[in-house]
Amino acid sequence: MDDNVARRGFLVSGAALGAGALISACTSNEPAATQQASAPAAAPVAKEGNDAPGEKVVIGFSAPAADHGWIAAISKNAADAAKQYTDVEFRPVEPTNDINQQISAVESLIQAKVNVLVILPNDGQQLNQVSRQAMDAGIPVVNVDRVFPDKLSYRAWIGGDNYGMGVAAGHQIGKTLKDKGVSNPVILEIQGIATLPLTQDRSRGFADALKTYGFTVTAQQDAKFTVESGTQVATNLLQAHKKIDAIWNHDDDQGIGVLAAIKEAGRDEFFMVGGAGSANAMRDIQADSGVLKATVTYPPTMAASAIKIARLIAQGKGMSDLLEQQVPQSITLASETITKDNAAQYLPLGFES
Amino acid sequence: MTEVDQAAPARPRVKAAGPGGWLGRLGEVRHLGLVAALVLLAIVGLVTRPENFATASNLVSILALASTIGVITVGMTFVIIGGGIDLSVGALMALASVWATTLATQSYGPVVIIVCAVLVGTGAGLLNGILIAYGRMVPFIATLAMMVAGRGLAQRMSDQRTQLVQQDNSMIVSLSTTRVLGLPLLVYVFALVVLLGWLLLNRTTFGRRTYAVGGNPEAARLAGIDVRRHTLMLYALSGLCCGIAAVLIMARTTTGSSTHGDLYELDAIAAVIIGGTLLSGGRGTIIGAILGLLIFTVITNLFILNGLNTADQLIAKGAIIVAAVLLQRRTLKTPT
Repeated sequence: MDDNVARRGFLVSGAALGAGALISACTSNEPAATQQASAPAAAPVAKEGNDAPGEKVVIGFSAPAADHGWIAAISKNAADAAKQYTDVEFRPVEPTNDINQQISAVESLIQAKVNVLVILPNDGQQLNQVSRQAMDAGIPVVNVDRVFPDKLSYRAWIGGDNYGMGVAAGHQIGKTLKDKGVSNPVILEIQGIATLPLTQDRSRGFADALKTYGFTVTAQQDAKFTVESGTQVATNLLQAHKKIDAIWNHDDDQGIGVLAAIKEAGRDEFFMVGGAGSANAMRDIQADSGVLKATVTYPPTMAASAIKIARLIAQGKGMSDLLEQQVPQSITLASETITKDNAAQYLPLGFES
Repeated sequence: MTEVDQAAPARPRVKAAGPGGWLGRLGEVRHLGLVAALVLLAIVGLVTRPENFATASNLVSILALASTIGVITVGMTFVIIGGGIDLSVGALMALASVWATTLATQSYGPVVIIVCAVLVGTGAGLLNGILIAYGRMVPFIATLAMMVAGRGLAQRMSDQRTQLVQQDNSMIVSLSTTRVLGLPLLVYVFALVVLLGWLLLNRTTFGRRTYAVGGNPEAARLAGIDVRRHTLMLYALSGLCCGIAAVLIMARTTTGSSTHGDLYELDAIAAVIIGGTLLSGGRGTIIGAILGLLIFTVITNLFILNGLNTADQLIAKGAIIVAAVLLQRRTLKTPT
């Protein structure tokens, strides 16, 4: 028994030592790479008229907790945009994926009487009520991406266009294949989470755009937006189709896994278009070293633009490029297509996956 | 919980004593059912997609897909035979993959990456074991806590980003891209883990004790086995397997990520159960579990080859779990 205790003690202390050493040595992610690049280059969207300092405003900000590079970029971009202005006090609340917590977070911002709110809700339906409360209390809300169903619940909406993203990918693939003169091409689609409306919108746009070239999607398979699911689905899809002409993969993060599977299978007879616009994908496209030839954006820079819009609303200004005296009610961002030719220009806007 | 449980303690001694032999074991009645199911699936594949299914490259793909979770399944088999359960496997694999791909770890090169992944897995497994064996926590709860905390730590450490394996460490990725005799290296790793697991379970005192501890811990204790220490080792072993699996997933996906291994615990448990291992412990085989896992992997492959989506796969997998367990009930009743 003594022997056992001693041995146990040895085991435990060994494990503790090892863990200690690992903790101190291996958990850091500090060095270089991660830090730079993801800051959106102070995009000169508005003219000086809009950027000129005005009265001081407090902007409350609430968004989901990051479980994905895109969401991580949202919070970061918002904070970076706010930093550019001396007249903005940025007040973010702890990001959360829990609906209840986000509701209380927004309530706390209402009670703190911020001048304007920027909200990316976990779910537009479920946050609608609290956003309406803010509006009723006289605090304008800028709704980012996931729209509130009730127009009384927000002053302005800015977001991406999922259908348009599919259209952009469809045109990119359709046009390339048409130019090559391919008939009856094998076109594959790797979706994100199939049950989400945004995925279905993307797929609809993709199919509609392909139709204008007389093409259809040969096979469609859903992954889960994760690297691993991308690898798994792509490995099997490559087996199902011995000759492929083009692949559209909905998400660049998942795309890392898809590309790993393609590389492992040693296939290169087709080209691939990505989605979302991660910095990593842009670097691949720029290097032109693999099958990834383009990606269509769903820009997380919208959070930075939302802060700018919120500031203008609170200061009672319009957008200086437009004739109207107030900020528009709704802004749908175009999904832009990034290829080798313009990758350098977009790279500063890409998010690190 | 009734008749099945009572049958359990009687069986292990028979099993442990009977040497059998590899082919003999594969030929056991329960395994025959699994092999028959695999053959049936293969026939479905040959009929529906003759030009795609039976190709060498498709079979290699199936093995490569099964490798990561296969390694985890081996560890899970030990834990379940030993009367426990490990819900934390997916999270531990994710944590190990993240820990091993931080920029700090990566700066030390591929060997340290591998050692780090294995140590993190084993360390967390040890912690599971300490909580369960010495903290007297129910395995379900202890490993559930580890599952949640492990994912959280992985997210915190990676800052919720996907961490790429860097160019300097491409040796890791070559586990997946380098082929020997037509098979990627990671398939050999998987085979080696299965072989070692099989030897450990069937040819050593450790294996015999695992059956005894799972079948009837009190009897095992009276027979002089240090049940607590043994339980601790089982969870450490499962953690070790998670660490190895983390290396394989890094090789396959070229990344470490807190999203890796999503729901692996359920797939691994399902494979073990389909393979004829009793969830209450004391009985089961590694070969059965691996066959169970291959059935799952082949189903996914078949569904995608035929252009069917995830929803249909899930229904089929659920049906297979039920069918397998019902069949085992029948085969279990006959002997005793």
